[in-house]
Amino acid sequence: MRIGVFVCRCGTNIAGTVDTQAVAARALASPDVVYATELLYTCSEPGQQEIQNAVLSHRLQGVVVAACSPRMHELTFRRAVEKAGLNRYMLEMANIREHVSWIGQDKAANTEKAVELVRMAVAKVRRNEPLFGSQVPLTKRVMVIGGGVAGIQAALDCADAGLDVVLVEREPTIGGKMAKLDKTFPTIDCSSCILGPKMVDVAQNENITLHTATEVESLSGTIGNFTVTLRKKAVYVDWDACTGCGLCMEKCPSKKHPDGFNEGLATAPAIRIPFPQAIPKKAHIERSACRYFTTGKCRVCQKICPVGAVRFDMEDRQVVENVGAVIVATGYDLFDPAAYGEYGAGRYPDVITGMQFERILSASGPFGGHIRRPSDGREPRDIVFVACVGSRDKSVGRPYCSGVCCMVIAKQAILARDHLPEARCYVFYMDIRAPGKNYDEFVRRAVEEYGVQYIRGRVGKIYPKGDRLVVQGADTLLGAQVEVEADLVVLATGVEPSRGARELAEKLHISADTHGFFMEGHPKLKPVETNTAGIYLAGACQGPKDIPASVAQGSAAAAKVLALFARDSMTTDPQTAHVAEKVCIGCGKCLTVCPFGAIQWKTLRDGTKKAQVLETVCQGCGLCNATCPPKAVQLRHFTDDQILAELEALCA
Amino acid sequence: MRDEAVTITNQTESSLRIVGFLCNWCSYGGADTAGVCRFRQPPLLRIIRIPCTGRMDPMFVVKALIQGVDGVLVSGCHPKDCHYAVGNFYARRRLELVGRFLPFIGIDPRRFRYTWVSASEGQRWQQVVTEFSALIAALGPNPGFSAHVR
Repeated sequence: MRIGVFVCRCGTNIAGTVDTQAVAARALASPDVVYATELLYTCSEPGQQEIQNAVLSHRLQGVVVAACSPRMHELTFRRAVEKAGLNRYMLEMANIREHVSWIGQDKAANTEKAVELVRMAVAKVRRNEPLFGSQVPLTKRVMVIGGGVAGIQAALDCADAGLDVVLVEREPTIGGKMAKLDKTFPTIDCSSCILGPKMVDVAQNENITLHTATEVESLSGTIGNFTVTLRKKAVYVDWDACTGCGLCMEKCPSKKHPDGFNEGLATAPAIRIPFPQAIPKKAHIERSACRYFTTGKCRVCQKICPVGAVRFDMEDRQVVENVGAVIVATGYDLFDPAAYGEYGAGRYPDVITGMQFERILSASGPFGGHIRRPSDGREPRDIVFVACVGSRDKSVGRPYCSGVCCMVIAKQAILARDHLPEARCYVFYMDIRAPGKNYDEFVRRAVEEYGVQYIRGRVGKIYPKGDRLVVQGADTLLGAQVEVEADLVVLATGVEPSRGARELAEKLHISADTHGFFMEGHPKLKPVETNTAGIYLAGACQGPKDIPASVAQGSAAAAKVLALFARDSMTTDPQTAHVAEKVCIGCGKCLTVCPFGAIQWKTLRDGTKKAQVLETVCQGCGLCNATCPPKAVQLRHFTDDQILAELEALCA
Repeated sequence: MRDEAVTITNQTESSLRIVGFLCNWCSYGGADTAGVCRFRQPPLLRIIRIPCTGRMDPMFVVKALIQGVDGVLVSGCHPKDCHYAVGNFYARRRLELVGRFLPFIGIDPRRFRYTWVSASEGQRWQQVVTEFSALIAALGPNPGFSAHVR
């Protein structure tokens, strides 16, 4: 074999701490290497051209690029060698940037390490074989998991392009967190006025199949052909019959249950429509609240329902959907402020969360849009907002910035002053983060036009004094302790991954970061892809995000799906397992370990049984390879021979 | 961290070698993240990329140590976070077993370690590499299989 080695300087990224010229020179000592050079930027157009020229002029059969991580540019260089007429799998990369030049300053040690990594890559490529994928048809349907604003945007964009969309939402209605908001920053748009029409569009779009009160149970298959099993939870109302008239809500005798939509500030009947603009506008029964389910007697709603839609015998039911791509848009939940015992959330009724204040502000909220204290219904005179409750605080395991709370506080303070011009608003903050378009101007407005008092410092304690609260904190600019008496304290609770996000990540085979937010394919260049092909991300499930960013990501994910579906079939990854029939002893161990059922029995003419890999099902994990006693199953591109060759090259 | 990395290099005069078998999805990404964040690490480690720790044949560990590598580090996705759902569960059993097997062929089992590092845990990767490198530096060169065969 004739092998060429290309050592990238990457400007000074690599050449700064690795003697790339020496690496190239010493690569010539490896067997089969006939050409070696260093290049300034191998990934650039001239760099790739150089590789292609060398392939042709030196009749290269294998190429080693010593540069950045293959996770970054393997595809780039595979395409480059393919253009020069080589099979794309005749390329290997040696990672001498992320794994060498960026983690050590000792040039001699780095150079030695780079030389060895190149030697290992050469040993590997000597054993590479041309591989070819096969063509499989695509299922041109997409599933969107999560019906918040990001999921709605993604679903609508895909549906408008003519795709079949399956929208799955865990709650009985779509709308997500945005549906609970009163107004949005920095324009003070009415949240439900801008989200409502989109929700209606979802309901009316012929291309969208909506599954609410539904959770994902499992996912199998690969990009282009996923099978997703859903569990439709029993809502005890036949939604085909229910007209959403709301008579059952009026007559339900069991009315005193916390209303989740109003963040527990109001009560709701056991049978309920979550909120007036709910999509679908159908009633469901909260089993734990229902008198019939808890005592066995009642059935008032069943008797009263004009269309006889109530079904107490309803059970959860499984639905299977076949789709070619999945967009995950499961959003976020809010930090539970109970972790800060000194703030007294939960103990003092007038210490509330930002989302609760949002409901208080809302015209459809518990007080009809009038600002009142939950404890006695009195209008508050002094309102204190506390920023960073569950954000930027390692002691509660939330070291990250939630990104939106500074703006939410500014909005809520402005709205509070609008509603109650007599009220005084105070904000305890650490830093104000307002980097979006018109955001900083908005915060300035709160300070300058609305006279909101910003106090830089953390709150240490909140305690009651008569029927008011005392907020004790530091003013780090004055260098003094301050105490503010307040009627209402609003805690700007931080953003955390939606409950169940980790379990979902496991089901979808995608990864989550330390905090549980889903991992994007690349922090800069693949913001909506995941490392699992065919599964995309949108919105706050990937990290704290405001509405504009979530909507943008929803559209971005939709664009990725549309690009995927622009072709009619796709090439499978040929890095699959393969059975050498003569070596196979027919023990069947590979069949039992394969997580994908990609191996089946094949009976030869003489009746002996051999394992056979279904190449379009195989995902290329190599579990069977490691399991096979006679090593008859080999994972292409990662065979025992190839891995051991790398190891031997290191030891040589 | 910096000082420690430097001392190891000096001590061993760059003769020590650790081979790392890293799964493509989590730990290789974690090592990349550590690089992008410029988290300094001792230069002993040479990484071989495998699709999944489930691909990890215990034989690779034994062969590496017999051939004179001074340490073997295997790292994959955290349990329940495997890209292939269950690969690292199989790996855990096999690697646990191979670690216990090493003393029987006269190899110090401390020369082998397996761990879980996700793609976002660059700092953790730095920690794993630094600690294991320090251990291997303390153990010194691998006397090899032959040293024990009479």
